[in-house]
Amino acid sequence: MTLIEYASSLLLVLGAFFFLAGTLGLLRFPDVYTRLHALTKADNVGLGLIVLGLSLQADSLIEVAKLLLIWLLVLISGSSAAHLIAKSALQKGARLWK
Amino acid sequence: MQTFHLALALFLLLNLVAGMWRVLRGPTATDRMLAAQLFGTTAVAILLLLAQASSHSSLLDVALIFALLAAITAVAFVRQSWTKETDDYDTN
Repeated sequence: MTLIEYASSLLLVLGAFFFLAGTLGLLRFPDVYTRLHALTKADNVGLGLIVLGLSLQADSLIEVAKLLLIWLLVLISGSSAAHLIAKSALQKGARLWK
Repeated sequence: MQTFHLALALFLLLNLVAGMWRVLRGPTATDRMLAAQLFGTTAVAILLLLAQASSHSSLLDVALIFALLAAITAVAFVRQSWTKETDDYDTN
């Protein structure tokens, strides 16, 4: 294995760890808002690390651009969805955890 | 390296299965929607890993579609629950 492959594997494993953290947050946190916070942030970081890890092994620059574009789309859609869901939950009067 | 990618994809799939618990448990529609969000992000990651493992770059386009659909799902959910007068929060 070359150094690039080591770095890529490290990033991929780190990304998977963040996904695990996001799922754990979704399952364990006490109310909608904290779950939303754990899920959207941790998962987007996890996806970013996986995209970085895969970019290191990509064949062409186009493929790297495409991977980054996918991450950007997920980032934008994820954060706006988080805001929308939180706002609608607040309007419906979801209880805050004390 | 290919086995490693497939193993990671399997791990993320197990993550998704664990997230199903939130769908079953609820307690509100919003919580179930959060599981759908988890599906969106994780499915994209799984598809990227599979694209690398199987060197089918067309899977990247599928990942792109998944990302797009996840956004649309969230917006549709929020619109639907804003217009409908539900107060399922008071019951629990």
